[in-house]
Amino acid sequence: MSAPPSTLVDKHAVAAGAEGFLRQQRARNGEKAVFVVLLLAALVSVATTVGIVISLFVPAFQFFDEVPITDFLFGANWSPTFANPQFGVWPLIVGTLLITVIASTVALPLGLGSAVYLSEYAKDRERRALKPALEVLAGIPTVIYGFFALTLVTPLLRWIIPGDGEVPQIYNALSAGLVMGIMIIPTIASLSEDAMSAVPSGLRQGAFALGSNRRQVSTRVVVPAALSGITAAFVLGISRAIGETMIVVMAAGLQPNTSWNPLEIHQTMTAFIAATAAGDIATGTVVYKTIFAVGALLFVMTFVMNMISIRLVRKYREVYE
Amino acid sequence: MTITAPPTSPPSPVDPPLLKATGEPLRERAFKWMLWFCMAVGLITLVVLITYVLIKGWGRLDSRLIQNMPSSVLPETAGAQSAITGTLWLMTFTAIWSLPTGILAAIYLEEYADPNRWYNRAIEINVLNLAAVPSIVFGILGLAFISRGLGFGPTVLTGSITLALLVLPIVVIASREAIRAVPQSIRAGSLALGATHWQTIYRQVLPAAIPGIATGAILALSRAIGEAAPLLMLGVSFVRFNPDGLMSTFTALPVQIYNWTTEARPEYTDLAAAASVVLLVLLLAMNSVAIYIRNKTQRRW
Repeated sequence: MSAPPSTLVDKHAVAAGAEGFLRQQRARNGEKAVFVVLLLAALVSVATTVGIVISLFVPAFQFFDEVPITDFLFGANWSPTFANPQFGVWPLIVGTLLITVIASTVALPLGLGSAVYLSEYAKDRERRALKPALEVLAGIPTVIYGFFALTLVTPLLRWIIPGDGEVPQIYNALSAGLVMGIMIIPTIASLSEDAMSAVPSGLRQGAFALGSNRRQVSTRVVVPAALSGITAAFVLGISRAIGETMIVVMAAGLQPNTSWNPLEIHQTMTAFIAATAAGDIATGTVVYKTIFAVGALLFVMTFVMNMISIRLVRKYREVYE
Repeated sequence: MTITAPPTSPPSPVDPPLLKATGEPLRERAFKWMLWFCMAVGLITLVVLITYVLIKGWGRLDSRLIQNMPSSVLPETAGAQSAITGTLWLMTFTAIWSLPTGILAAIYLEEYADPNRWYNRAIEINVLNLAAVPSIVFGILGLAFISRGLGFGPTVLTGSITLALLVLPIVVIASREAIRAVPQSIRAGSLALGATHWQTIYRQVLPAAIPGIATGAILALSRAIGEAAPLLMLGVSFVRFNPDGLMSTFTALPVQIYNWTTEARPEYTDLAAAASVVLLVLLLAMNSVAIYIRNKTQRRW
């Protein structure tokens, strides 16, 4: 463990005052101990990441010793628990992408619209009431969203969409995707709104002075100026959709499907992981290792998106702050 | 794009009256209505969801829910006592593990870390990334490392450590913001009076940052209390007794809601709704405390 940074020691030397104000003074031992404890606490998060990487990738590589990685990535059949197991992850990817696309179609426009309203149109009092309400939406447990999707939204969809063999199944991607989209709106709205509030008001005033109205200022000045922050919000929202578990387990079902029909049952990567682990599989079997192979794929996908999002946020902070 | 605008007041809310004389064009009004619609979809869904859960669960919202244990045979007498006590145990220990660690880590990052060092930047980015890692991945970590690796099994200890790691980034980020909001002059004053760095933090900075930290802590716990996916992965399922220690197996409200939803009989759907109401009430209580603290102790520097 390294010693505290030198700026700190200097501060102490000055603060310790009287007898040695010109001489560099050593930090007290107690202060050093505090520093070590704090550093250790900060390292817990690093240890967590290391733990995640080890716990995912070690069994995943063992899995790829038994199943070629090409079979995993490009095989079109997923049936790891059957007598003649197949390990093509494609059906799980279809389920994940399909539901993510539905959720994004709902959440990206609605989230962005809400953000523009909050940032450019809402009066102060309105904003103080609307923002907490949106935050409540983000705070509802996902298991309750799953319950809502399965027992209310799916029956509604089955009632609305006419039945000539095209009735939505009891478990279907559409219901899960729609509810997930609603769940993600607050994520996108609040991050986009942060980015728009960071746009200097001078830009707005300039546009107003040139005769623009509020709509033109919003769409031609504020949104383009906040674009990197809005993109970050979109990317993070999509990453959340890919990683969401309970809604898809409860409403989209647990059967792999390669069809792109949203009215059919679909299994996502997360749903497979949850269902298989909850099934109490013996440690060390190939099926047990599939959890980690799929988990590693999920982690890589969301990790890349999170990093893009963090970079983009940093970028707009650098420009405007 | 280079911007050199001074931070002036927000744009005037009203257009000059002369320009308004021709009336607001239809396109402008349509745009505003469209934005309103975007806000409304989310808010209306929220109202529908809460009303639906309340109506659906109303018939089962009575003392049976608190007094009786879950049952997969007799829906009439089934309750959620073990799930409620399990959730309380779980939250207590999640708080014990995550809050001190998160607050200390935040102090390190705000008060000690030199942001120009690569390792400090790495810690910072790592926290931001962890905050967005799917909860199911934490479930995998808990399953492989804690439940099976250390052999703790699906106990309160395993569950609370897993959830603590899950919410740790939220605690760190919220605490950092609270600490950053304490003005630099307070620190300078304390150091000038001869206090050491740690004395300054412990006696000046932390007390001033406590309201913000407490709000963040409640936010983190309200995320943890609703998590079902990592617990399902650990093998937390159906238990008919209250936990009696860290090494006791347990069940929690979100897991119980999930289990009841998967039961075929409609009585169990009502039970799931009733348990959802209990969970929502717990969340509401936590959030009210957070808002109370924020309003009571808000300070302008």
